[in-house]
Amino acid sequence: MVITETPDLGTPAPRASGDVTLTIDGKTITASEGTSILRAAKLAGTSIPKLCATDSLKAFGSCRLCLVEIEGRAGTPASCTTPVAEGMVVHTQTPTLKRLRNGVMELYISDHPLDCLTCAANGDCELQDVAGAVGLREVRYGYAGENHLADAKDTSNPYFTYDPAKCIVCSRCVRACDEVQGTLALTIAGRGFASRVAASQDESFFTSECVSCGACVQACPTATLTESNVIEIGQPEHSVVTTCGYCGVGCTFNAEMRGEELVRMVPFKDGKANHGHSCVKGRFAWGYATHKERILKPMIRERTSDPWREVSWDEAIGHAASEFKRIQAKFGRLSVGGITSSRCTNEETFLVQKLVRAGFHNNNTDTCARVCHSPTGYGLKTTFGTSAGTQDFDSVDHADVIMVIGANPTDGHPVFASRMKRRLRAGARLIVIDPRRIDLVRMPHIEADYHLPVRPGANVAVLTAMAHVIVTEGLVDQAYVAERCDLDAFYDWAAFVARPEHSPEATQGASGVPAGDLRAAARLYATGGPAAIYYGLGVTEHSQGSTAVMAIANLAMATGNVGKPGSGVNPLRGQNNVQGACDMGSFPHELSGYRHISDAATRRLFESDWGVTLDEEPGLRIPNMLDAAVDGQFKGIYIQGEDILQSDPNTHHVASGLANMECVVVHDLFLNETALYAHVFLPGSTFLEKDGTFTNAERRIQRVRKVMSPRNGYEDWQITQLLSNALGYPMAYVHPSQIMDEIARLTPSFAGVSYQKLDDAGSLQWPVTGAAPEGTPVMHVQGFVRGKGLFVLTEYVATDEKVGPRFPLLLTTGRILSQYNVGAQTRRTDNALWHEEDRLEIHPSDAEDRGVKDGDWVKLTSRAGDTSLRALITDRVAPGVVYTTFHHPLTQANVVTTDYSDWATSCPEYKVTAVQVSPSNGPTDWQKRYETFAHDHRALAAQPTE
Amino acid sequence: MNDLDPAGEPHITTTTEERLVYMANQIARFFASQPHEAAVAGAAKHLADFWDPSMRQRIRAHLAGGGEGLNPIAREAVAALKR
Ligand code: SF4
Ligand code: SF4
Ligand code: SF4
Ligand code: FES
Repeated sequence: MVITETPDLGTPAPRASGDVTLTIDGKTITASEGTSILRAAKLAGTSIPKLCATDSLKAFGSCRLCLVEIEGRAGTPASCTTPVAEGMVVHTQTPTLKRLRNGVMELYISDHPLDCLTCAANGDCELQDVAGAVGLREVRYGYAGENHLADAKDTSNPYFTYDPAKCIVCSRCVRACDEVQGTLALTIAGRGFASRVAASQDESFFTSECVSCGACVQACPTATLTESNVIEIGQPEHSVVTTCGYCGVGCTFNAEMRGEELVRMVPFKDGKANHGHSCVKGRFAWGYATHKERILKPMIRERTSDPWREVSWDEAIGHAASEFKRIQAKFGRLSVGGITSSRCTNEETFLVQKLVRAGFHNNNTDTCARVCHSPTGYGLKTTFGTSAGTQDFDSVDHADVIMVIGANPTDGHPVFASRMKRRLRAGARLIVIDPRRIDLVRMPHIEADYHLPVRPGANVAVLTAMAHVIVTEGLVDQAYVAERCDLDAFYDWAAFVARPEHSPEATQGASGVPAGDLRAAARLYATGGPAAIYYGLGVTEHSQGSTAVMAIANLAMATGNVGKPGSGVNPLRGQNNVQGACDMGSFPHELSGYRHISDAATRRLFESDWGVTLDEEPGLRIPNMLDAAVDGQFKGIYIQGEDILQSDPNTHHVASGLANMECVVVHDLFLNETALYAHVFLPGSTFLEKDGTFTNAERRIQRVRKVMSPRNGYEDWQITQLLSNALGYPMAYVHPSQIMDEIARLTPSFAGVSYQKLDDAGSLQWPVTGAAPEGTPVMHVQGFVRGKGLFVLTEYVATDEKVGPRFPLLLTTGRILSQYNVGAQTRRTDNALWHEEDRLEIHPSDAEDRGVKDGDWVKLTSRAGDTSLRALITDRVAPGVVYTTFHHPLTQANVVTTDYSDWATSCPEYKVTAVQVSPSNGPTDWQKRYETFAHDHRALAAQPTE
Repeated sequence: MNDLDPAGEPHITTTTEERLVYMANQIARFFASQPHEAAVAGAAKHLADFWDPSMRQRIRAHLAGGGEGLNPIAREAVAALKR
C-alpha cells in the first residue's frame, strides 16, 4: 500500500480557452492559453524545480528556482509566472540554469538545519527533493553567519507546530491562508533576512485570527508547518480516500495511516466538494474515535435506575429483540419505532428504516433531519418537485449575486464558505438576511451590500416583501416564468404578493427590516445577474419553516434563477448525511426517493423485494412518538446515532416521553444524554471503521472507506442486521455494497449508483439514471422535475411564541466553527480549547438594562424552562435579540426552547424563543441536579457489576 | 421514572389532544390564503399524507365531540378525512 498523491502541477489551471503549441526541451506540446510554462511542462512529463509555486495558489515568482530559457527572449524568466505562447521554444535544463538554481539552493540551505535524518518531514519535504533535483553538492556559506536556527517553535495550536528555523519564507502559507481559506491570518513580517511568517499581529497561532483549517500546513513545502501528529508518530505509509463525518459540505480526505493507526487526514485534492481544502473539524478533530469515554462493549439494564451491566453482543441483541417483541405483543404493532441518524451512512440509514418497516411491521421511522431540514424537503418538493438543493458547490464561482439567509457558512460550512468568500472577493455582490451580524457581513475584503437584520420569526414577511418589490416594480423574468412555471399559480401568486399589506413599508414594523434596504436588496437580487440563494437552519427551524423555503423558491423562479450556473436554491445541510438520511426513506410517510407510502405501486416494488407486506399508512414522527409515549401508547424505540434528549426541543417533554418507555435502545459511540434513559446500549462504530456512502448538500454520493477495524467489534450496519435477524426478519448482507445495490434497485434516482461506479467516478450527484448516467450536477436545467414550477402563496403568520412583559427578548441559536452540534465528538477532541462553554450574546443596551456585565453568569428563562450561562456583550445582535450556541450538555439550551414547530413538518422552532435574562450566581438547580444525575449514571457504566 | 422527574419543572407542554388541535389549526392557517375549497382540500390532504392513523382518529374523535378550538378550515378538513 502507498500514499495516494495527486501530482502538483505548480500553478492552477487557467479558465478554459484556446490551445497553443510550443516546444519544451525538444518536445512539441499543446497547452491551453494562459497555462504557465511550469504547468505545461509538468503536464507533458517534465518537472521544473520549484519551491514557491503550488497548484492550489496563484503563481508568485519569488524563489527563482523555476527559471527557464526561452529562445529569442533575454534572461531567464520564472516559468511559474510566464504563460505559454504559440511557437515558443523553451529549455528547462541548461548549464546557466543549473548554476543559477544551485546558487539559490545554496542560500536556502545555508540557513536551514541539516537534520534531515531526524526531521519529521523526512521523505515528505520539497526542499529535500529540490536540492536533489538541482544537484546541490556543497554549501559554501557555512552556519557561522547570521541564521535563524535557534528561533523558538510555536506549539500553541494543538494540531500543528510552527518551527521557524526551517522556514524558507516562500510565503506559500500566507497565500494559502489568503487565497484558499480567506482568513488572512498570516503575513511575512520584517524585510530581507529578518523576514519571518507571523500570525496576526505577531501572536501565537492559537491566539491569532487563525481558524486552524490546515491550509498553510498543507501548502508548506518544508517541515516548518507540520502536523504535530506527524512529529509524534512519524510519516504515514499508506493512505485511503474517505469522506468527512462532520458536516454537509462532504470534504474528502486521504486518511494517511501507519498500519491501523491514523496519522493525519489530508484534504483530497481531487475531492469534488472540497478541491483539497478542509476545516479544523474534518482535518484534525477525529481523536474522539479513541477517546477513553467511548463505549466498546454492549450493556443492558432492567430499569434506568439500575447500574449498567456489560454483556455479550448475543445477549444485548437478544434482550433488545425479545423486549420489542414483548412490547408489540402487549401494546400492539404500532407501539415501537426507530430513529435513523444523519451521521450514519446511507446504507445504515436504509437498513434502520427497513428494520422498522419490515421487522417492526409499521412505519414509525423518523430521522433527526426532522429537527433541521425537513422543511427543505417539503418546500422544494412542493415548488420544484425534488427535495434537494439545485446546484453543485462549484456553481458559486458563476454567481454575481449571493444571498445568504439564516445561515452562517463561515462557522457552519467552512470549506464551502471559503469558496464563497473567494467569489465575493472577486466581485460578486452579497445580501445577508440574518438577525445577527454574522462574520460574512464584514470581513477583510468582503462587505455585504445589504444586511437585513430580520427579527427572529419574520423571514416570511421579508421574503414575501421582496417578492412584492419584484412583482410591483416589473422585475419578473416573464419569459422564464411563461416557459417553465405553472402560469395560473404564478398569476395568483403575483396578485397576492402585490397586495399593499405585503409591501416592505407595511411589513417593516413586524420584520425589523428597513423598507429602503429591503427594496434595494430585492432589486439587486432580481437584476444583478445570476443570483444564488444559500440558506440554513435559520430558515427552516421556524413555525413557518416550510413556508419560508417556498417563499425562497418563489423568488428564484420569478427571477429565472433556477436551472442555470451561478443561481439556484441551495440548502446548507448541517450534518454530513442529512441529505442521504432523507433520501433513504427515513421519514414515516415516504419510502426511499421521496415516494409516499400510500402509493400502491411503490409499495408493491418494495414488498416483492423484501418479502413482506407494508403498512400503507404513514407512521409517527419523533415529536408524535414522544407524545404517544407520554400518553402510554408508545413503549419502545431503537435510536441509532442520535441524541434526542439533547437535540430535540423542550428537553423536559422528551425526558418524560423516554422515561415512560419500557425499552429504549441507544446505538451510539458514547453514553449520550438520551442513554440516561436507555435500557440497552449498543456501541457504534466511527466513520473511520466502516464502509458506506454519505450524500452531501449538493446531492453528491461519496464513499466512506474503512481505514481501521471497528473497535466495538462491528460496523453499524452489521449491528442493525443482527437486531433484525433476532427480531425474526432475516438480513444477510456481507458488504454494504449489496445494500447500495438494493437501494439502486428500488430507487429510480439512484438507479445507476454502485460502489464500482463510485470508485470509478470518485463521486456521483443524484439523480443517476439511464438519462444521466454520470449524475446531475445542476437540477431543473431543461425544466422543473415536477413539470411546471409551482408558485405557492406564502402568507406571513407571526409565531405564537411572542415576547411580552415577562419574556421581552427573542432568543435565537446557532453554532460555531470548532464545534459540531451537541458536541459529542468535538468536545472530545482538542477543539474544545476553542470553545470552553456556550455563551449568551446580548446587546450592550439590553445588558445594561439588566445590570449584566461581560462574562457574568446570567439566567435565561423561557415559558419552557430555564438555564444559566455566561454573557457575552456584543452589538452583533440587535437590541431585543439574544443568541447562543448549543454545543454543551450542561447549557441545555433546549431546556428553554418550546415545542412550537413548523406547520408542515413539525420541525421545531429552535430559532425563536421569548426569554428573559437576569443576573445569576451560576448554574441553575436543575443544571446542578442534572450534572449529578448524568455523572452518577456514567459512573455506573464505568464500573460494571459482575 | 427516575429521580430527575421532569414533571416537576415548569414547562408548556399541553395534552396531546391540545397539541393536535394546535397543529391542525396551524396547517389550516397556511392554506387559508387559498380559495376556500382549495384550502380545505389542501389541509385535508396534508393531514392524510403526514399524520399517522392514530393521530387522525383522535382529531376526528375530537371533532365528533364538538371540535372545540378548531378553526373553520381545520374543522372542514378534519370532517373531510375518510379515515
Ligand atoms: S491554519 Fe488556516 S487559518 Fe490558520 S493560519 Fe493556516 S491557513 Fe490560515
Ligand atoms: S512556513 Fe512553510 S510555507 Fe510558510 S513561508 Fe515558511 S516554508 Fe514557506
Ligand atoms: S467543512 Fe465540513 S465536511 Fe469539510 S472538513 Fe469541515 S466539517 Fe468536514
Ligand atoms: S516556483 Fe517559480 S519562482 Fe518559485
